[in-house]
Amino acid sequence: MNPLLGYIAIAAVTLATAFIGFFGLRISRTTQDFYVASRTVRPWWNASAIGGEYLSAASVLGIAGLILLQGAGGLWFPIGYTAGYLMLLLFVAAPLRRSGAYTIPDFTGARLESRLVRRLTTVLVILIGWFYIVPQLQGAALTIRITTGLPSWTGALAVSVIVGLIVAAGGMRSITFVQAFQFWLKLTAIAVPAVFLLITVGREGGPGVDLDAAFPAALGPASLDVYSTVSLVIALLLGTMGLPHVLVRFYTNPDGPAARRTTLIVLGLLSVFYVFPTIIGLLGRAFAPELAASGEADAVVLLLPSMVIGGLLGDVLTALVIAGAFGAFLSTSSGLVVSLAGVISQEVAGGSVRGFRIAAIASSLVPLAVALLLEPGGLAGSVGLVFAFTASTLCPVLVLGIWWRGLTARGAVTGMLGGGLFCGAAILLGPLLAAAGGAPAWLAAALAQPAAWTVPLTFALTVVVSHLDRRRIPRGVDRVMARLHVPEGAA
Amino acid sequence: MTESVLLALAVGVLVGIAAAVLLVVAWRVIRLSRELGTAAERATYSTLHLASQAATHVRGGLDSGDPQRAVRPLRQLLDCRVLALADDHGVLAIDAGPADQRLAEHLRETAERLAAEVRAGDKPQVFRGIDPTGRGVQATDAVAAPIIAGDRTAGAIVAFSPSVKPGLVRATGEVAEWVAAQLELAELDASRAALAEAEVKALRSQISPHFIYNALTAIASTITTNPPRARDLVLEFADFTRYSFRRQGDFTTLADELRSVDSYLQLERARFGERLTLTLQVAPEVLSTVIPFLSVQPLVENAVRHGLEPKPDGGRITIRASDAGAFALIEVEDDGVGIDPERLRGILAGRPSADHVGVRNVDARLRQLYGDEHGLVVDTNLDAGTLVRMRVPKSQPQNTTTPSARM
Repeated sequence: MNPLLGYIAIAAVTLATAFIGFFGLRISRTTQDFYVASRTVRPWWNASAIGGEYLSAASVLGIAGLILLQGAGGLWFPIGYTAGYLMLLLFVAAPLRRSGAYTIPDFTGARLESRLVRRLTTVLVILIGWFYIVPQLQGAALTIRITTGLPSWTGALAVSVIVGLIVAAGGMRSITFVQAFQFWLKLTAIAVPAVFLLITVGREGGPGVDLDAAFPAALGPASLDVYSTVSLVIALLLGTMGLPHVLVRFYTNPDGPAARRTTLIVLGLLSVFYVFPTIIGLLGRAFAPELAASGEADAVVLLLPSMVIGGLLGDVLTALVIAGAFGAFLSTSSGLVVSLAGVISQEVAGGSVRGFRIAAIASSLVPLAVALLLEPGGLAGSVGLVFAFTASTLCPVLVLGIWWRGLTARGAVTGMLGGGLFCGAAILLGPLLAAAGGAPAWLAAALAQPAAWTVPLTFALTVVVSHLDRRRIPRGVDRVMARLHVPEGAA
Repeated sequence: MTESVLLALAVGVLVGIAAAVLLVVAWRVIRLSRELGTAAERATYSTLHLASQAATHVRGGLDSGDPQRAVRPLRQLLDCRVLALADDHGVLAIDAGPADQRLAEHLRETAERLAAEVRAGDKPQVFRGIDPTGRGVQATDAVAAPIIAGDRTAGAIVAFSPSVKPGLVRATGEVAEWVAAQLELAELDASRAALAEAEVKALRSQISPHFIYNALTAIASTITTNPPRARDLVLEFADFTRYSFRRQGDFTTLADELRSVDSYLQLERARFGERLTLTLQVAPEVLSTVIPFLSVQPLVENAVRHGLEPKPDGGRITIRASDAGAFALIEVEDDGVGIDPERLRGILAGRPSADHVGVRNVDARLRQLYGDEHGLVVDTNLDAGTLVRMRVPKSQPQNTTTPSARM
């Protein structure tokens, strides 16, 4: 295709993001009688913003790629990503919103009255955030390489520099509007090509799809390995709670009912969105089976429109997909960088504006280094591992901290360290073992998808150590618990 | 779920438990090996360790602390059979070794009597031949010492031992004095906290009378010329005072505070008319930020009174609130007459002045609550307008707002 259209798409998305980020707030009102209540963020806006921040490279590119590679197995990712919000809604969102803590380290530090817990949570949040940005940069590298022919490092570099500069310059002041815009951009960018593809394929005399060949029954849900699937679903369900940029968004809701409504809308928006990558993945199996190789499969969303439709329309649709993909890299990375820079600057630099800027630059450069050093894997798979790590470290401490008064600082620290250690080791050893070969199948599976055993491990470790340490249950636990669980307005 | 998943779950739980037990054992071993030393070192260590264990539970005061947990290390410290801790109203806690649990129950009344007896004096007393069960078995001696904190007797400790020797008497006296010292420290803590709270309350209460005076003059000016308008204004005034005079909570949300700013500006417009324009730029992300109660309104009031009022053709007030990482940045700007920076410095430093009470007050409260780096930042000069900036941390799990009263 013509690289020029690709450049234009990328530039347009970047400019639009920066413009809304800097000037969204300036659309101000000069009214004679303002009423604040009517100016709060509507649940629809907020839900769009959450969707915009949440739908990362893994969702826009990775899922279709995974369906192309694995067939039905890839479907668990959209289900898990969406249902993770249900877990968040059920167990965490409302109590955490009432806690008054703005970040996860703030919450654990205040709940357990311990600086050590706070520090450790901060380190984990930063690590998780960085490793969550890495797949975004790898996605950018892939997109640039496939669509423009430039070397892949330029894509990663471009995204991290753009994000670092925009955030450091204070361009995310109106982040809710930026992210809401990004959601609708991503939805358009994937829905419109999917619809055009369906029209082309389904019209009279079109190529048509041999469903039995594209999706043979042997590759259906029955063929899936139960352990790996359950483990993956556990990771995706529980991992969402610990992501640093997800929780912050709930504070924008004026009250609890609005927060619940927002979550409901988010569930709907995500469900609608994920229909389209699934369609493209299925069409990819029919029309581009040659892409089904590790590292290339994620490009199916980018390549399919020009392969199936071709001509100018194909090029324009490809440019639209590029815009959506770039929107995904930019929005998820910038949301994460804002959260991380806030946490880092507060912890290290006492929250100064200068500290925030330096932290923002650092938070976008460190993942860049990691992304350039690491061999790119499948996007959805790498994000899945980050979810597994989050589910094995932060999730148990959050859930127990909210629902169990017996949690102590030592229990939380050993739980997070132990879970992080085992899960981290599994993630690092898994590929090595697979490369060496000869490992028994059950061990390979347990290391490739560790969540099914590391999450219960962390829970057990935390509960047992806390129980043995029950003399040190924090003194203020009754007060904190009351604040977390008594609904607003009942005090 | 099939076996493989259940197996993974079970393995996870078991490895977790095993790791936890292993850690705790390793921790104990390390601590034991650290305890080895000369006999004197070990004695010092165990004494100090027991004392610090007890201290955490006594430091809350006898009634609000946890006396049952405090009395166990104290009994181990004195190495006696049963130890009771009593205050003015009776025995708070009694502790005995595992073999003496029943004995402790029998001794509760005795301990109460001995504690009452010894509280009258100021020295430890020894009581011999106490027969708790009345059957002549398990007869015991006791030593009781009053706890004298400051100039009043806060309670007493009573130690029971089969035969009381002078060493135990002296040690009991020392422990009673130590507990007294801890109680004095607890009182100091409490009064320090009370002082800080009172200071905040005093600062807060300065504002309201100041405003009432201003608001009433504003209403008075419309009563004869436009009675319906005056009625609206009085209602607005009622709304505002309901917010300002609410009893509970030193904190509010930015949204609620802005609502009261709205009421306030309605009142001011009664006097200014078209001369007062307002621009608002509020990022929705920070509307739920917790801020000190009445911290924005005085800044707006200051902008009106001292910035715009002296100007014949009025002017514009701009209120901005934006999201800055972990902080919310709130700015109040006017294009009025400004103020001499030197004079302002004097006012903020606390020089007595009838003007600018509000700004000084907000500045002092912000510093007290969040630290000196969160004081107000004011950019101003004569005839150059005034820009007041405050930076409030978004995360304040320790500060609660009572839910806003719906108006």
